[in-house]
Order: sequence, then C-alpha cells, then structure tokens
Amino acid sequence: MTPEFSLAELCIAAAAEAWRNDGEILATGITVLPRLAAGLAKLTFNPALMMTDGENAFVSEPVPLGPRNGYAPKVEGWAPYARTFDNLWGGKRHAMVVPTQIDRYGQTNISTIGPRAKPKAALLGARGYPGNSINHQNSYFLPSHNNRALVEGEVDFVCSVGYNKARWLNSQKPFGLDLRLIVTDLAVLDFEGPDHQIRVRSLHPGISFDQVQDNTGFPLARAERIAETPAPTSEQLHIIRERLDPNGQRKTVFKDDPVGDRRAA
Amino acid sequence: MLDKRLSLDDFVGRLSDGMTIGVGGWATRRKPMALIRAIARSKLKDLTVVAYGGPDVGLLAASGKLKKLIFGFVSLDHFPLDPHFRAARQAGLDVLELDEGMLQWGLRAAAMRMPFLPTRVGIATDIVNQPGFKTVTSPYEDGETFIAMPALKLDAAILHVHRADQMGNVLTLSPDPFFDELMARAANKVFVSTEKLVATEELHVAENARFHLVERAVISGVVETRFGAHPTGASPDYGIDLKHLKAYTETAASPEAWNDYRSRFVDISPEAYLKAVGGAEHVSALPAPVY
Repeated sequence: MTPEFSLAELCIAAAAEAWRNDGEILATGITVLPRLAAGLAKLTFNPALMMTDGENAFVSEPVPLGPRNGYAPKVEGWAPYARTFDNLWGGKRHAMVVPTQIDRYGQTNISTIGPRAKPKAALLGARGYPGNSINHQNSYFLPSHNNRALVEGEVDFVCSVGYNKARWLNSQKPFGLDLRLIVTDLAVLDFEGPDHQIRVRSLHPGISFDQVQDNTGFPLARAERIAETPAPTSEQLHIIRERLDPNGQRKTVFKDDPVGDRRAA
Repeated sequence: MLDKRLSLDDFVGRLSDGMTIGVGGWATRRKPMALIRAIARSKLKDLTVVAYGGPDVGLLAASGKLKKLIFGFVSLDHFPLDPHFRAARQAGLDVLELDEGMLQWGLRAAAMRMPFLPTRVGIATDIVNQPGFKTVTSPYEDGETFIAMPALKLDAAILHVHRADQMGNVLTLSPDPFFDELMARAANKVFVSTEKLVATEELHVAENARFHLVERAVISGVVETRFGAHPTGASPDYGIDLKHLKAYTETAASPEAWNDYRSRFVDISPEAYLKAVGGAEHVSALPAPVY
C-alpha cells in the first residue's frame, strides 16, 4: 500500500532527483523545499554530495531545519562565501533556487517586477543568479504554478541565463549553461523538448497536462509518454519527517499543506 | 608610535558629501552599524554606497543619505526584505545591481589597481544592459568574449572588526571574513569600528594570524565601539538581534514609525543606544542564528 504523503513531500522527492547523477559536487538548495530535497538526495542515492550548514561550514550530513534541539552540525570543512564563489566559478555545483518569474527560455527573475526605474515591486536583487547560471547546472522550484510565475514573453529583468539565443554573446552558447529541472506544485518540467523547449516530464497525481498548460504563459512540449510523478517511498518519507525536517517546516511551503494525490483531496 | 584612534565625530569629519563608500559585512552579519548610525546623524549627503547589503543600506536609505546604491543584494536573511530599501528602490533610487561575484570582481580590480577584470558572469542577463558595461575578447586562441567588469573604486570603506590596536592591526574573529579585505584594498581610506581596542600583544597575532584581515598600512582610522555591529551579529562575540531587526522592519509602515525609531535608536549617543537596546549583558547573550 502506498503511504499517504503531502504535496510538499511529493515535491521534495521529485526535486531530490535533480542531484541523482551529479557525483561529488556542492548541492545548494535555497529555501525550505529545495534544501530538504538536497538533503534527501544526499541521504539516499548520492551520498558523495557536499553541502553546507547554510552559513560557513561544510557538513557531512544535512543539518535538520529549524530549532536544533541539541543537534550539533557535523562539520567537515570551511565554507566562507569567497570559497563558495570559487567553487561555483569552477563549475562543481548544482543549485536549486526559487525565482519569482521564469520564462520559456528558462531565464529567471528575482530583482524587480514592473518598470526598471520605478519598479512595482523591488525584490532581493540578482544575488548569485547570473554567475550560477553561466557556471554550473541549475534547477528551479516554483511553489505556485501560474501565468504570473511562468510568464508569457521574457521575465521582467533577466537575472539568470537561459536558452535565448537573442541574448547570447556572438550567438555562442553561454559557457556553463545547463538547466535541468523545474519542480512546481503541478508537475515536473525539464528542458528536453526540441531546442531545449520546456517540457512536461511528469504530472503530479491528479493533475492533467491541460491544467499545467493553462497555467503556463508559454507553450509546453510533452514527453512522449508523460509519467506520473512518483510517490515518495516509505524510506524517503521517514528520512524527510524524522531526520531532515523534524520541526515540520515543509508544512508551510504550500497553503494548508495539501495532500500529494489531488484525487484524494 | 602610530596612533589611528578616532572618535565617532572624528570619523564623520573624515568623510565628505558625494563620496563612494563601501560597507563591509554581509546582510545581517558584522555590519559597522555604529558608524552607519553616525553617518545617519551627520549632515553628509549624496553618498554612493557599495555593499552586500543589510540594515546598513535600509537605514541610510530611510535617512535620505543615498544618491546611488551599488549592490549584490539587500537582505535581512531571516526577514525577506528590508522595507526601507524596498521603499527607496520603488521610489526610483538610482542603482547599479550586480551579481554577488561581479561585486567581488569589481572590488578586486580596484584593489589591484586594474581598470577591469574579465568574467563570464553577467553575460546574457539584464545586469549588463545597465549603463557602464563593455566586453573584452580574449587575445589567445580561444577568442572568447567576456564582460569587462569595471573596477569599483571606493573613496572610503567602513568595516566592523573584533579587535584592533591603535596602529590599525585588526582581527575579524568571525567564521567568515566576507569581502572586507577587498573592500579595504579598493578604498582610499579605511575606517574600522572595533569591539575592543587592545595593545598589540593582546591581539595574540601568532595564534590568530588567519584572522588578521589586512596589513595595517591599509587602515586609516580605528573607532572603539563595543557592540558596534548591533543589531547585526558579530559572531563569536554576539549573535544577531532578531527581535530588534523585526521591530526595525516594522518602522517602514509610516513616517511616524520611522521618526520614532530614529529618535529612540539613531539620534542618540552610543552609550544611550546600548541602554535602549537592552544593555551589554543582553547583547552579549544574543545567541548564534540558525539558518
């Protein structure tokens, strides 16, 4: 019997797949869900992954989220920001981050919404997106799959590189451009359509292709046979609940923490 | 013996209108907040600030000191955004927004007295569609084209350190030195606030060699300001004051709320500030943050 699981747990297991074949590189998951996903990848199929405590130390096992309750991070190395930059410029990293907007080329935005001089919303700023996206593989998590997040046309301010030849210097593919997965609350997408077109790789249980397409601002490619996003296994659920997230921070990712199989909702 | 000690007033007197000032630290960690508050109280104006920003940027923005901001981000880490930065940005503050690594590269170019350093970072993004960027092509067989990241020259840098002597030997004891060394080397003048001013032998440099930020000739002035990073953290001496930062974020709600904050926490002496935020014991006991 398949155990019951939440949408967050389904997405954590799906997002962990991003790091399955990466070998010994730095896995960076920014915000709750990607961080749990990176931790799950390390504790299951890719133990060689490096990760940090979110501050200045490499740790040999993922640090549980939230209050530590006596848990001491298992420090194995020093990770000041200058070293993180050196590491990523060297390409040995796979980050999963949460942009505010993404477009058909995989370009993303966390800088400003609306006109640049007087933005409707000023967000964080580009942070490391330009450098990450031209140096190593990247994946994205979008908690609300809709036309405001997956936009028609280009994102308002391009912070990360995508497969948009009009922007490439001398029409050359940017050096380390390598986009992998987009995990959303509806589906898992990849860049394996014709000419890196964004493609539906799997649909979350109870979600249809049309539903995904209707909530996306650009046309999606379909895999020949679209799988259903696999349910997390009992082992994965145990690791997520007991080891990675004992304080239940994953329950705050989606409004009301819905179940993973929408047919059961 | 060299004596670079300064009072807060001396420090402000060494700055002038229109300067480009680099601020050390990172988001909510080891920001020279006592120096920032001294600038906020002063008559200085039209400053260009260069930072991995936190409440330093928000406080100067709310105090009307900024002409321009050059930044990789402005973040309060545990709170999504600095609302004072957001308000200033949305009102049309002039900015040069950079990738975090490009900011490092621009400081490094200035530190090495180079006009630019080549990088791939920024290619094919809107960052390099802002004014001021040019490309450069490799003269070697690869022929690759790069962004020529221009040097970010600073008139002054301001940093917060843990220990200093009066000659300008400084120690940053925190686990991450951030980019303070490059900030210092990119600047014409460098002012540090220090938790403690001690005799040179009390720096115990032999044991602390790796925390010695930069050679003393780079440092222009030293201001002793215990808890001078508060409300940001100065690990291992004290952590981030999350409660104070939260209260600070709420002061963007109205001009009255900001004026109230200003009168209680900015327009006062460092001694009165320490009392207002709960005293030395309270700040010393602030725990390390959890990320």
